[in-house]
Amino acid sequence: MNHLLIAPIVLPALVAPFIIMTLRFHIDLQRIFSIASNVLLVAIALALAVQAADGTVQVYELGDWQAPFGIVLVLDRLSAMMVLLTTLLALAVNLYAVGSNWDARGQNFHPLYQFQLMGIIGAFLTGDAFNLFVFFEVLLIASYGLMIHAGGTRRFQAGVQYVVYNLLGSTLFLFALGTIYSVTGTLNMADLALRVAELPVEDSALIRVGAVMLLLVFAIKASLLPLHFWLPASYAHAPAPVAALFAIMTKVGAYAILRMFTLVFGPDVAVVSGLVGDWLLPAALLTVAVGAIGVLGAREIGRLMSFGAITSVGTLLTAIALFTPEATAAALYYTVHSTLAAAALFLVADMVRERQGGAISARPVMAQSGLISVLFFVAAIATAGMPPLSGFLGKLLILDAARTSALSVWIWAVILASSLVTIMGFARAGTLIFWKSHGLSTDDTQTTPEGDADAAPSEEDQNAAPVTPRPAALPFVALFALLAGLVALTVFAGPMSRYTTATAQDLFAPQAYIETVLANRDRPVTDAPYETTAEHKADDHSADSHGDDTATEESH
Amino acid sequence: MEFLVASAVGLLTAAGIYLILRRRTFPVILGTSLLSYAVNVFLFATGRLVTNAPPILNKYADVPYTDPLPQALVLTAIVISFGMTAVVVMVALGAYLSAKDDRINMDDTPATPGEDA
Repeated sequence: MNHLLIAPIVLPALVAPFIIMTLRFHIDLQRIFSIASNVLLVAIALALAVQAADGTVQVYELGDWQAPFGIVLVLDRLSAMMVLLTTLLALAVNLYAVGSNWDARGQNFHPLYQFQLMGIIGAFLTGDAFNLFVFFEVLLIASYGLMIHAGGTRRFQAGVQYVVYNLLGSTLFLFALGTIYSVTGTLNMADLALRVAELPVEDSALIRVGAVMLLLVFAIKASLLPLHFWLPASYAHAPAPVAALFAIMTKVGAYAILRMFTLVFGPDVAVVSGLVGDWLLPAALLTVAVGAIGVLGAREIGRLMSFGAITSVGTLLTAIALFTPEATAAALYYTVHSTLAAAALFLVADMVRERQGGAISARPVMAQSGLISVLFFVAAIATAGMPPLSGFLGKLLILDAARTSALSVWIWAVILASSLVTIMGFARAGTLIFWKSHGLSTDDTQTTPEGDADAAPSEEDQNAAPVTPRPAALPFVALFALLAGLVALTVFAGPMSRYTTATAQDLFAPQAYIETVLANRDRPVTDAPYETTAEHKADDHSADSHGDDTATEESH
Repeated sequence: MEFLVASAVGLLTAAGIYLILRRRTFPVILGTSLLSYAVNVFLFATGRLVTNAPPILNKYADVPYTDPLPQALVLTAIVISFGMTAVVVMVALGAYLSAKDDRINMDDTPATPGEDA
């Protein structure tokens, strides 16, 4: 077994308590350890991505329990890509949090951040449905702490909504898992795939209920309409670095939909046929439309960005809902793009808010107005899907893949119209914030404590800054890194879309995944002290699979 | 017994859903607790209801046994929902104490520059 598979989960799980227990009062040391852990995570994720790039599926059996009985971690192209994306995003956001001093405005930012990473990476790597629930809870409970980081009345109120909504989602997740377990007798995803395929079609009521409840849970996470109500308030009021990191959280929901509804409840599984795609596609299109309208109507910059994020999630889910390899490849490309773009938007929004407040209206000219307006412009172009950047390519790929769909006219109309509305929304906001302010009289220029104009570095300084970061430069470095990621995604669109195409083909031909995970299912227990017989294990595996769930999960 | 357990789950769920639709945080938190009780009982029942049987296989004789996995799942779910309830109580308390108001909806006037953004 390749122990590197569990390293990205174990590392933050060790660093977080270490920071809490020994470095509570040393913010500088916390920053060093947190960023060092984050850099290591990027290295591990790179190594994993290289290993998975040729399409091999690797399985890590926790506690050496073979697959349907124990929990497994599975590394394939999709999970490797998502883990790498998470770690890169987290590194940039972590640098921003340190540079903008957000992490020092409350207690325990860095430990919670590490736990959050552990939960997200675990959710991407696990091959077990109940373990997916546990990692969802890990990432959620860390996100509750991060959401209300630095306090404040509005943030607490938004936090209550966020926590309650997600508690309901977790409850629904358990109901779904219980229903599925009662029908199939297993929760291992590969084993579920085999068993669901064998279920008789005339006796499919329970499994259909379970599948729909599971879809609802993931739709809540992905903020699909009409389950998106938690997102605008939460993201608008969360601390900016946290909102930027949350850009990957909606993708966790999208990833889970993609994984479960290709592997287990795939498009050609008879018992759940006509269940998912038919509902998901109209809902995703509505999400795109409502997000675009929200962008146009937003009066506060955090909300503007939140609805921008909803639009991009809607576009992503539209592509996923087509459930064809081409559309899924496009969706994966768009996932990377929209994660980086949404994070960049939230960070730009924070820079504006730090300097002149959150309202979208003409205010006195802020410090570094020119630089920030350029960053806003680039991030807005990327989000809206205008030509030079990867958003355009992503949308183009999705539209191209949608040509074969029965609803292709609707998909084209909604995505193109919403792109236009999004551009108008961002243009309106940018004009009000950056241009109208020049028309105001400048005698009442106010600068907030953070917006120190004299520390404004020139553009050359920021590009050279990673060596010796000055306090005011580091946020820009983080933001430039995210935008550089978008540019790289555009320049290397060819290799990237080859990778996503290969990933999508793997997803729609899951035999290799299933066989690798279940390769050891009949392996006899060799070193048991008693004579555990191989024939005994073979005939009872449906009843006592996953016996070690609690043992592993309680250690989290 | 099946009827009893099923109606208990149904009743708890119904009461929980009614409560989470209330406007103040305290009933909402009670509602989420009731829902988590409902789901715990439900999870317990997914292994089928068996009385007076150990959760252990017996390879020497064909005696009845109960499925141990749902019990393990319930244990995990109880721990998690307990922790989550504690978190939501603290967050709600923080919101109540700083806003002097425990309604769960919020008004959305844009933040001002002086406020912690």
